[in-house]
Amino acid sequence: MNRIAATFARLKSEDRAALITFVEAFDPDRATSAALLAGMAARGADIIEIGMPFTDPMADGPTIQQAGRRALSGGATVAGTLGLVREFRTTNDTVPLVLMGYLNPILSYGVARFTADAAGAGVDGLIVVDLPTEETDLMLADVRANGLDLIRLVAPTTSDARLPVVLNDSSGFVYYVSITGITGTRTASAADLARDIPRLRAATTLPIAVGFGVRTPEQAAIVARHADGAVVASALIDRMAAGLDDQGKASAALIATVLDDVAALAAAMRRERVTVLA
Amino acid sequence: MNKPIPNSLRNLPDERGRFGAFGGRFVAETLMPLILELESAYEEAKRDPAFQTEFDYYMKHYVGRPSPLWFAERLTRKLGGAKIYFKRDELNHTGAHKINNCIGQILLARRMGKTRIIAETGAGQHGVATATVAALFGLPCVIYMGAVDVERQQPNVFRMKLLGAEVVPVTSGAATLKDAMNDAMRDWVANVRDTFYIIGTAAGPHPYPAMVRDFQSVIGTEARAQMIEAEGRLPDVAIAAIGGGSNAIGLFHPMLDDAVKLIGVEAAGRGLDSGEHAASLSRGRPGVLHGNRTYLLQDADGQILEAHSISAGLDYPGIGPEHSHLHDIGRVEYVAVTDDEALEAFQLCCATEGIIPALEPAHALAHVAKIAPAMDPSQIILMNLCGRGDKDIFTVAKHLGAQL
Repeated sequence: MNRIAATFARLKSEDRAALITFVEAFDPDRATSAALLAGMAARGADIIEIGMPFTDPMADGPTIQQAGRRALSGGATVAGTLGLVREFRTTNDTVPLVLMGYLNPILSYGVARFTADAAGAGVDGLIVVDLPTEETDLMLADVRANGLDLIRLVAPTTSDARLPVVLNDSSGFVYYVSITGITGTRTASAADLARDIPRLRAATTLPIAVGFGVRTPEQAAIVARHADGAVVASALIDRMAAGLDDQGKASAALIATVLDDVAALAAAMRRERVTVLA
Repeated sequence: MNKPIPNSLRNLPDERGRFGAFGGRFVAETLMPLILELESAYEEAKRDPAFQTEFDYYMKHYVGRPSPLWFAERLTRKLGGAKIYFKRDELNHTGAHKINNCIGQILLARRMGKTRIIAETGAGQHGVATATVAALFGLPCVIYMGAVDVERQQPNVFRMKLLGAEVVPVTSGAATLKDAMNDAMRDWVANVRDTFYIIGTAAGPHPYPAMVRDFQSVIGTEARAQMIEAEGRLPDVAIAAIGGGSNAIGLFHPMLDDAVKLIGVEAAGRGLDSGEHAASLSRGRPGVLHGNRTYLLQDADGQILEAHSISAGLDYPGIGPEHSHLHDIGRVEYVAVTDDEALEAFQLCCATEGIIPALEPAHALAHVAKIAPAMDPSQIILMNLCGRGDKDIFTVAKHLGAQL
């Protein structure tokens, strides 16, 4: 059982949902990302997504766009991001890491080399935003050969007829984009989730995580009531971006503030009993 | 629509939207259902003779087609070689070829029951053409335009506003065309139910490259018939400028199976080795951006580079996927022309033909000026004069050191 499956199995036995946090690699520099990764794991993140910066992140809102730009100025590369993963794994062998990014830097690095190096570094799953099911043959064999999960986005616009197509080669968990839009903008209501999540349950046995617009402990708790995980990204990045100093650096105190947010999210989700069984 | 001919180069894309190794549908799942809906709506429209009839009606009575084929006699004498003809798409309503595609797409949008139009624009030509058709059909329209471009293209910004469009300055990235395209896609994904995205060039996810090509093929279809009428034969060379490549593919596609040498002219900016150009085929390598696999300007880590050209319409780090395919199979020759060469050709066209060309076709003309003298007077070059230069007079004045 890989780290993602093991984590969801453990959480199910604990009757709670996963807190999935997000770090944009090298935003604003490598040291900050390394501190956030280690700190998030220590403060209650069950799974961590690492954003791989790209110049043209089409599915992302202003928060992650700006994070990506800071990261690229901070020296982000694909190899550098994999280096962060290797460093994290020297002290933590349990928290799953999922790389989330766009296809072109992966193509440029080479799909076979990328999947091998990612698995070797200790990555567990990949979310390639602009690789829909129709184009997955470009990566699927290499992803499988290296034992990585390929995690798919499912949107409110994904019809019932299309769900099986999208979920066919998915593994790890399903990332439900709970709103029509870009990351970090709108928020799905409890009623939206009560309507949408059962539709997904009918199509998959994989755990379901909800993202795009989950910002507060209260919202994360609502998500925990309906789904198996909540992804919080833009709210954490906003917290950090607002506190960067004049040189664009993150102080230790600022990193601690972000990690306090992670702890608050984790606490809110632990209070919430999960009643929906996969 | 013509029946496909076996071994024809005109049968692409395949059912996955591929032109050989290029094209495809590289978009997030949030957009995928929209892309598939658009594809099936377009396939249905293509099969409906009423759609073609409607398109033809607007082409004739609103756009002013067919555009003339003009024998550039003084230019021919001046260059002293091949006979040079211009396909005069600069005489279209709104002053460029962009309107052909906008009419086609807005008719499709109406057919699909969409009630809101969005588009990206660089120089503003596609934005103006989109605002024009949105006004014509009374649909609200939002144009995404890089903040840098908004500053340097004020007349077109005002035109769009006069036509009732909302112009949104895009500040992400380098605040130019590719960033405007990113933001238009973000808008689309957030407003999926009512919005139609009119992409301005033969790029983007399938079916856009094929659809834009089909609408722009009116250029090549007309030019082919007009050449035969004027000279009793097809030209030896057909040539067009390339940014995303919609005017070029529109000219080339109807002649892909003919014995016509086809030449696409990219923008070499300050020189192919200056690092400041827009020559995706000459200096880029294949990658994925804006929904399709194609040649891109990118760094060693796969990050997209900014393009540069004196012509804002050519200032794009990618190129339509069909051009990438035609490049790799060697059917079309792709060359590059610098800012300075284009400026010289711009002035040559004004002085010899009494036509102020846009800076985009001035690139094509610069290459014509290179090859025509060495050709035989019995040979023919057909060039797509795809836009007029009114929009460019401020840029040209600045480069020539003139005060307006």
